[in-house]
Amino acid sequence: MIRLLALFMLLALPAKAEEIVLGLSRDEVAITVTFQGSEIVVFGAVNRTAPPPQDSNLGVVVTIAGPREPVTVRRKARRMGIWVNTDAVFVNSAPSFYAVATSAPIAEILREIEDLRYRITIPRAIRSAGAVVEDSVAFTEALIRIKTDQDLYQMLEGAVTLDQDTLFRSAISMPANLIEGNYDVRIYLTRNGAVIDDYTTTIPVNKVGLERWLYNLAHEQAFIYGLLSLAIAVGAGWLASAVFSLLRR
Amino acid sequence: MLIYLPIAEVSVNAFLLLGLGGAVGVLSGMFGVGGGFLITPLLFFIGIPPAVAVATSTNQIVASSISGVLAHFKRKTVDLPMGMVLLVGGLIGSAIGIVIFNYLRALGQVDLLVQLCYVVFLGAIGMLMFVESLRAIRRARKPGALPQRRKHNWVHNLPFKMKFRVSGLYISVIPPILVGMLVGILAAIMGVGGGFIMVPAMIYLLGMPTKVVIGTSLLQIIFVAAFTTMLHATTNQTVDVLLALLLLIGGVIGAQIGTRIGVRMKAEQLRILLAIMVLVVCGKLAFDLLVMPSELYSLGPEGRS
Repeated sequence: MIRLLALFMLLALPAKAEEIVLGLSRDEVAITVTFQGSEIVVFGAVNRTAPPPQDSNLGVVVTIAGPREPVTVRRKARRMGIWVNTDAVFVNSAPSFYAVATSAPIAEILREIEDLRYRITIPRAIRSAGAVVEDSVAFTEALIRIKTDQDLYQMLEGAVTLDQDTLFRSAISMPANLIEGNYDVRIYLTRNGAVIDDYTTTIPVNKVGLERWLYNLAHEQAFIYGLLSLAIAVGAGWLASAVFSLLRR
Repeated sequence: MLIYLPIAEVSVNAFLLLGLGGAVGVLSGMFGVGGGFLITPLLFFIGIPPAVAVATSTNQIVASSISGVLAHFKRKTVDLPMGMVLLVGGLIGSAIGIVIFNYLRALGQVDLLVQLCYVVFLGAIGMLMFVESLRAIRRARKPGALPQRRKHNWVHNLPFKMKFRVSGLYISVIPPILVGMLVGILAAIMGVGGGFIMVPAMIYLLGMPTKVVIGTSLLQIIFVAAFTTMLHATTNQTVDVLLALLLLIGGVIGAQIGTRIGVRMKAEQLRILLAIMVLVVCGKLAFDLLVMPSELYSLGPEGRS
């Protein structure tokens, strides 16, 4: 009876023809004192209930997005002979880290309209509200350029290997200058540029051990933290003086 | 060896920081400057966020100044009463400086103000010292020439006079307090102890002997920098203790070496070297302001647009 009910429920679900089954090489990233960045391997398979259609091509897009934060982009201009910050554009929400890996050039596997809807590519992932400066596009481009130089934004076309239209795998390396928070890993499966399935999971990135302790102390017990910093400074200064006067004797 | 800094949230080479601290420490012990005016721009350069660089270098200055001042105490080249008077002004100044710093940070003009301060102050002081030291060296070379007598100027006609035995001075406390205040304000804004302003001001404005100036300057820098560190730690949470630790290990050792080098040198030589160093830093900063930067855009956290 139960088995029959289960079977019935399974049939009643609007089953997708193709679905993502996902695995991650790690389920968290720990920032330790010697943290030098981390590589995350996203791998998985396409689960099918029917044979795949032959007349269309399959695409896989993997994105990893760090916690969102507001950013102010400032531009320098020459005023009275010196270069100073003049214009600024306030970006409401930009991911602190963002990597996009695809199985083929993005234009071939993702339509513009789908990109707009799911906010997949880097420019789409940045949200800026009513810009006051004329060429706000230049500011967004600058934001992407600076972040890309720091490896914080990565556009990795062709970095997803797709095996026999079923197994996929991608290694994304995250730099050492990460901030803490939950990093969203999203996988999009596309057919002829349209998203047919997507899957989301999160990887927490946390400071651990000494890093955690110092960070918490600095923010929760700022006064004690300040005293601790000073005590270290005073101690070190005195110690060096004492050691050197011993050496002179 | 790369180390991830908990507050700055970047990863940097530990040996680079040790070396940086060491080099600046030597200068600190030699000239009585905290070295902040060198270390803060260098930290910007290796990618430490400006707010963290400014706050943390004050902590490093505390350490190298203590190391240096202890060496000077042994040589009896510290004018304690003068240090205390300068300090009173310094503490008032750094409280004002922090307020200005936070206000400008919100406006997004901190970089500009800091750079302008550097260029103007470093340029003026460097030139003055350079010219004066050259003249002093030339005078010393002429056989039989007598050292010039100190002139009586307006500074000596103010009330509240006090005796400063070590410096051999009998002057009003007002100029030292004003000098202290000015240095305190700059210390908070620029993340420096203010030694490079303090030292020339003490020599030329207050007429103190060069040998005493270095130790006394270091003494008052300790307190101003400690106070500024506390203010930054409690208001902005931008002091990175791990970064400071790496810098100060190099710094305290360097300061001891620097003090020993400084003692062996003539006062004019010390002054001219400090003047050259100040001018070089000034030239670099002026160059950055005047030449078109390769990246016109910069990113900042929140703030108003």
